[in-house]
Amino acid sequence: MTALDMPDRSAPPAIDLEELARLRRRRLEKLGAWALPVLVVALSLAAWDWVVRVNDIPHFILPRPGRVWSQLLADWPLLSQALMVTLRITVFALALAVSLGGGLAVLFSLSRWVEMSLFPYAVVLQVTPIVAIAPLIFIYVDSPFVGMMICAWIVAFFPILSNTTLGLRSADRNLEDLFTIYGATRWQRLRYLQLPSAMPYFLGGLRIAGGLALIGAVVAEFAGGVAGRNGGLAFRILEASYRLNVPRMFAALALIAVAGIAIFAITSLVSHLALRRWHESALTRER
Amino acid sequence: MTAPLLAIENVTKVFAGAVTALEGMTLALNDGDFVSLLGPSGCGKSTALRLIAGLSSPTKGRIRWREGAEGALGVVFQEPTLAPWATVFDNVWLPLRLAGVSKSDARDRVEESLSAVGLGGFSGAYPRELSGGMKMRVSIARAMVTKPRLLLMDEPFAALDEITRFKLNDDLLALHERLGCTVVFVTHSVFESVFLSTRIVVMAARPGRVIRELRVSAPTPRDDAFRTSAAYAEQCRLTSAALREAMEDA
Repeated sequence: MTALDMPDRSAPPAIDLEELARLRRRRLEKLGAWALPVLVVALSLAAWDWVVRVNDIPHFILPRPGRVWSQLLADWPLLSQALMVTLRITVFALALAVSLGGGLAVLFSLSRWVEMSLFPYAVVLQVTPIVAIAPLIFIYVDSPFVGMMICAWIVAFFPILSNTTLGLRSADRNLEDLFTIYGATRWQRLRYLQLPSAMPYFLGGLRIAGGLALIGAVVAEFAGGVAGRNGGLAFRILEASYRLNVPRMFAALALIAVAGIAIFAITSLVSHLALRRWHESALTRER
Repeated sequence: MTAPLLAIENVTKVFAGAVTALEGMTLALNDGDFVSLLGPSGCGKSTALRLIAGLSSPTKGRIRWREGAEGALGVVFQEPTLAPWATVFDNVWLPLRLAGVSKSDARDRVEESLSAVGLGGFSGAYPRELSGGMKMRVSIARAMVTKPRLLLMDEPFAALDEITRFKLNDDLLALHERLGCTVVFVTHSVFESVFLSTRIVVMAARPGRVIRELRVSAPTPRDDAFRTSAAYAEQCRLTSAALREAMEDA
């Protein structure tokens, strides 16, 4: 806050033992942040491999990791196509969730009456399990692609709606007063005060919604997706299970997991880039 | 004799729940006045400020601006109240932006206002990079950028340490001297009110009302020497006595 709180910069840069230990610890933590997870994965794979080998488990029960990898390479044309189908549903659903969830939140912030009328429906949609709604959706919607997208959208849109609604309402009260004093229009208030205030909340919702959209896409496909060449990863898993092709099931599962991680990483990066200049969550603590 | 810049005429404010926040306040603000509203919490000083700012309207009585000067005010709150997502420049630009002034048209006025509070060269910084005192300076620059006739300040330096507060008091007086606007300054510090004001309005609580008005007759370009002078000490004694009276009255 004041000059008194600042460390004395004129002091000679002699580093005492405590600071040295702190520096070493920080360096170790930085290394550990990526080295430890990699190590854990490697050890788990080794243990998995060892268990299968020692017990002589047949590959149609539990394949060795190497077998899953070679299956993934062999089936790549098939699985990559399925991955694209699943990803397309996910991305479309997420885009729809962002525009409709965000748009509805803005509408709620403009009219308390609209919010009171519609919010219960949003909650009902959120708490009803998607597997229970999906069969109905596939009855009323002709295109399976659209049906699956609606399912994934239902799962993904609530966190965006509720977070953005909260964020739009969380603007600083004194800043609100300032806007009133300077005679801001409704649009100016929304554009210069409420939307920036809601940004961290919205991005938090987006990170949750990204993962949920993928889950929604996979669940929807199990519930009523298409078979054959237009099938997604869920269809490939089902198909492989009928044929007892367990290595392919694992390969498809791994692809879903990687896709989920990638979506989380991308939404986290977007959030970091948008907030790094000003929001507490994106700042590295100076000390 | 010109009409006062702003006249508060027998204003009463009653909140829902029948709490009388302010009762029968009458006060005329003239050009160049530096008026402190001094009193314990609950004496209606912040309510008075909100009424002047037009953020709420009186239950009884009225507030009258001089013709042609209506609503020409700037406000500084207890907190700096800056938008954390915007640079210092954009924060100060805000009042002009809301009035439809483009960034390039506002540039000169924003830079001028920033140098007036000693923050020239900080336009590109974000609020989190500034100290508490500097944030308050940005807040003052934002209030001054529209060249208001009336500046409302609601305990602006209460959260700052004494060294920073003294410096900001000095700078505020210099700014007031140079721009000649009228200031209404809410505070609960006797010493601050005496150092800054030409008039001190002492208020009491339950119901919030004006007890008495004191004039601080010391010549106006005041400096550090005034802070240690006998005249200052005497004025502080008188003001403290009036404040004690107000507390006993409540």
